[in-house]
Amino acid sequence: MLDVSNLKVCYGQSEVIHGLDFSVKKNETLAIMGRNGMGKTTLFKSLIGVLPSSDGVISVDGVDVSDSESYQRVENGIAYVPQGRMIFPNLTVQENIETGMGVSKTKQVPDEIYALFPVLQEMRHRKGGNLSGGQQQQLAIARALVTNPKVLLLDEPTEGIQPSIIKDIANVLNEIKKIRDITIIVSEQVLSFTMAVADRIIVIDKGNFIHEGLRDDVDTEHIKKYLSV
Amino acid sequence: MGGYTYNELGAIFAMQGFAGISLFSVLLLMALGLAIIFGQMGVINMAHGEFMAVGAYTTYFLSTLTETYFPGFMPYYFLFAIVLAFFVAGALGYFAEYALIRHLYKRPLDTLLATWGLSLIMQQTFRSVFGAREVSPGLPDWLLGSYQPTEMIDIPLNGMFVLALTGLVTFGVFYLMFKSSWGLHVRATTQNRLMSGAVGINTKKVDRYTFALGCGIAGIAGAAFTTIASTGPTTGTLYIVDTFMVVVFGGAASLLGTIASAFSIAQAQSILEFFISGSMAKVFTLLTLVIILMFKPEGLFASKVRR
Repeated sequence: MLDVSNLKVCYGQSEVIHGLDFSVKKNETLAIMGRNGMGKTTLFKSLIGVLPSSDGVISVDGVDVSDSESYQRVENGIAYVPQGRMIFPNLTVQENIETGMGVSKTKQVPDEIYALFPVLQEMRHRKGGNLSGGQQQQLAIARALVTNPKVLLLDEPTEGIQPSIIKDIANVLNEIKKIRDITIIVSEQVLSFTMAVADRIIVIDKGNFIHEGLRDDVDTEHIKKYLSV
Repeated sequence: MGGYTYNELGAIFAMQGFAGISLFSVLLLMALGLAIIFGQMGVINMAHGEFMAVGAYTTYFLSTLTETYFPGFMPYYFLFAIVLAFFVAGALGYFAEYALIRHLYKRPLDTLLATWGLSLIMQQTFRSVFGAREVSPGLPDWLLGSYQPTEMIDIPLNGMFVLALTGLVTFGVFYLMFKSSWGLHVRATTQNRLMSGAVGINTKKVDRYTFALGCGIAGIAGAAFTTIASTGPTTGTLYIVDTFMVVVFGGAASLLGTIASAFSIAQAQSILEFFISGSMAKVFTLLTLVIILMFKPEGLFASKVRR
């Protein structure tokens, strides 16, 4: 569903992603793990087009989006839940979700979204900026889902979330995968969350992939070594 | 008080109050367009007054055309002129955004300079095309004269027309901003441009149409303005500073604030004008404004959310 080859991203003259290759199948969840500053967020930003890539090819379902603007990539089926949620603080919950509906040409917020996140229905007239962190996270995911994506990117979805809600988010993601039949890519630092959602795990270090393996085959002690200094 | 009878005072307040409302509606029409451009997009459009003049000149042009070729149409042309003014100014704004403004979004000081240059170019174009003297379109009969509820109160009809037009435009802008999906896209883009792109909003198209809309509204203001005074190449510069003042005082991000601000500034100035001289009234109003802004720099209405 998502094919990336030789992806390079630079900040000015400094190359931080060094020619990455990977593919993710339909209905597969890939987790990219790594310490702070290893390139997870940079990779995600370049996939959605918020950061330009300096080389390489990104294609969604066969369509090459490497030179497309962000909104064009969303039209082609990539959705993005950024680190820190980035919901629109002055818009209500309902309006936040509606911003994503232009692409999928839906007229009303689908019931299944509110079924997945009942608290959002309760708060739909509250301004986004007045929600708690966990609620904003749910809102950000809902907003990405209404674009009817083929690939859902989540950058550190558990950052700043209390442990009991982390479990809820893992359950929601698994449910979404079942209902929607989509590809999910998460970047994470919390191994327990990754083990709950991922089918495949890749570890990134200084802009390179240093370990790849199926979740079932993974040796948690081995991964933990990569994640600690 | 001051040698006037109670009745006379009442009449004075009514007429000055209405003059204030007239001033309020022109200020508001101008400020609405600018509030959209400056408040929502952060673009300092020094040429905004010239877009208003485009609206006025369009009305004048249509008026001379009608007078020459379709004299029977004179009573009706004015409403067409307003619509035409909107589209001409809007189209010009669309083009200006495409050719000039979009390259300068990250450079507010350069936008100021570039739009100032644009205003000079437009002023000279007016001079070359329409002449340096002031012009006035022929107004239809139903706009002339006044409404006299009592012997002492004299309310000009064109003032009431401009007020009604302003109400219509304001309502239209509110509806567009808060009830339409396009308005939603504009508000999202203002709050977080990168994320708006990441949810599928074509932010460049949104910018272009927003700027065009702001200029279109200025065009309507210009058309309305022709009922009150004549138009010359430099007419735009007369109103630009007042307009920015209204927008900043109201809180650049709030349309409700723009309304409240236009109203208070216009009324304060009008009512004071009767008792002290025109310039002193302006000084007094401006001083009060400055003091209020010192305590509340974000303007009258600011949005309170948890960031």
